[in-house]
Amino acid sequence: MIEVEHLKKYYSVFRREPGLRNSLKALFRRQKTEVRAVDGLSFHIAEGKRVGFLGPNGAGKTTTLKMLSGLLYPSSGKVLVDGHLPHKRETDFLKKIILVMGQKQQLLWDLPPLETLELNRAIYEVQKPVFRKRLEALTELLDIGPQLRTPARQLSLGERMKCELAAGLIHSPKLLFLDEPTIGLDVSMQQTIREFIRSYNEKEGATLILTSHNMDDVEALCPRILVIDKGRLLFDGSVAELVAQVKPEKRIGLRFEDNKLPENLEAYGRVVSTGVGEATLQLNREEVSGVLGQLLARFAIKDLTVENPPLEEVMGELFSKHAFLRHEEGTEST
Amino acid sequence: MKRLLKMMPSLLRIGFAENIAYRAEMLIWVLATTMPFVMMVMWRSVAEHFDIVGGMGQTLGPLQMTHYFLAVFVVRQVVSAWAAWEMNFEIRQGTLSMRLLKPISPLIGYAVSGLTGLPLRLVVALPVLLVFFFLGGFRPGAEYGLLFLLPLALVGGWLIVLFANMAIGSLAVFSGSSTRIMEAWMAAFFVFSGYLFPLDLFPDWLAWIGDILPFRYQLGFPVQVLTLSLEVGDALILLGKQWLWVAVLGVLTWVLWRRGVRHFEAFGG
Repeated sequence: MIEVEHLKKYYSVFRREPGLRNSLKALFRRQKTEVRAVDGLSFHIAEGKRVGFLGPNGAGKTTTLKMLSGLLYPSSGKVLVDGHLPHKRETDFLKKIILVMGQKQQLLWDLPPLETLELNRAIYEVQKPVFRKRLEALTELLDIGPQLRTPARQLSLGERMKCELAAGLIHSPKLLFLDEPTIGLDVSMQQTIREFIRSYNEKEGATLILTSHNMDDVEALCPRILVIDKGRLLFDGSVAELVAQVKPEKRIGLRFEDNKLPENLEAYGRVVSTGVGEATLQLNREEVSGVLGQLLARFAIKDLTVENPPLEEVMGELFSKHAFLRHEEGTEST
Repeated sequence: MKRLLKMMPSLLRIGFAENIAYRAEMLIWVLATTMPFVMMVMWRSVAEHFDIVGGMGQTLGPLQMTHYFLAVFVVRQVVSAWAAWEMNFEIRQGTLSMRLLKPISPLIGYAVSGLTGLPLRLVVALPVLLVFFFLGGFRPGAEYGLLFLLPLALVGGWLIVLFANMAIGSLAVFSGSSTRIMEAWMAAFFVFSGYLFPLDLFPDWLAWIGDILPFRYQLGFPVQVLTLSLEVGDALILLGKQWLWVAVLGVLTWVLWRRGVRHFEAFGG
């Protein structure tokens, strides 16, 4: 479905120092800097897959999505999406995709979202009976019956996002590019959006690429993740593989009977946190089964969980390692 | 084209609904275009005290001045577009991306958006048009057949306004904003279009410049057709010049838009 080879996107930005003098100087001579937003990305995504794009701010995630959706012209490299060169923005291609950006909207601000959906019906040439059926299904799945008839400006952020998704999916696209779809939403709304996206992917077999800073989105939706930083691919694999590679520890959550915390827990692993009658230990994967046996034999344990460290921590570690390596490379080369 | 015609009823209906939603804004815009009434009062007063001779030796008395500025008001309501402001806003906000992702040219969207404001503007313009015809004031021997050219002259005027807006709006992709250029265009429009004074009052050298520039074809020429102040032969020549400007600005819009989108693709929005 998606083939990306050695994809690069460089562009120039003008820089100007503050102050009147510099403003006048900039009138005659402007300083340009080259930004390497995407710097040699290669990956393939098969049809129907859900893939998460992770990276810090400025990593090149949105730029890559924009190249995949045809909004940006690559500086070099190859992008092929379902057999199309995206930047040509052929009608057939545009009918197959949507790009939902959490911070930009397509809903007509002063009209009820139903009007945007009707507009999209006409633009994407969806037959009226098909439109009615899809509208019914989307209304039910997203629970947006009354909201569809309320002017978009009067909807809450979460309601608007649900209507955005309905407007984007009314033509049944095969490929969904979702850029921070849950940004600014409360936890329950995030959950609703996630469940909807997953069910759409499963029912329609659509391919999904998601960028998000919300690790819960990524963990819940994406069996595969691509981690990029400074426009380069750092990791391609599953969340579990990423955790095993970057932070190969496990966390054991313990709740003790009588809410009493035993002493000497440090002997079993690093104590990450403690509370009233509960503690979390971190230890190497291979030690887990042995330590669990000892803990169960020695203490009265009410509840026990074994989990990976939170993805946020894993990502933090990955990016700090990468930054350190870049710094080292820089130091060596100078 | 067939695709476009099929989707046009929905585009027009929803565009109209949007315009109704912005009715307060539209009303303010209409109020802002009442300058012809101010000019009418002023020029009527001048005409009461001085002999003013217009085109074809016609004396422009108070009645003719009233007649002229009512026509200016009506034509201005018909030939309006504000795509440049819309494009500037969307380019700066980055929401042009959302338009570019749809399988329809954004230029069609901007044109439809301008067109669908027309019914509301006509609500204001039609009563004024009735007063215009009720007052009379046509020159003796005026050829009423000229009115057959009016639809073409109005469409030509509207297309010039629309294309100029789109061409200038496209420049915002390169510079970040082109509203100042649009303001400069509007300033020239006020001088050369006949909006503030009848074009017949220009000295020859200024009339020659006005004849070359596109502004009179936006407004002054359709007004001259509506007020029947042209001979049919002259009107046909001016119509030819008007549509030449339509073609020139149409091509310019196309070129600037294409380049603008390439630039947008290169630098992002």
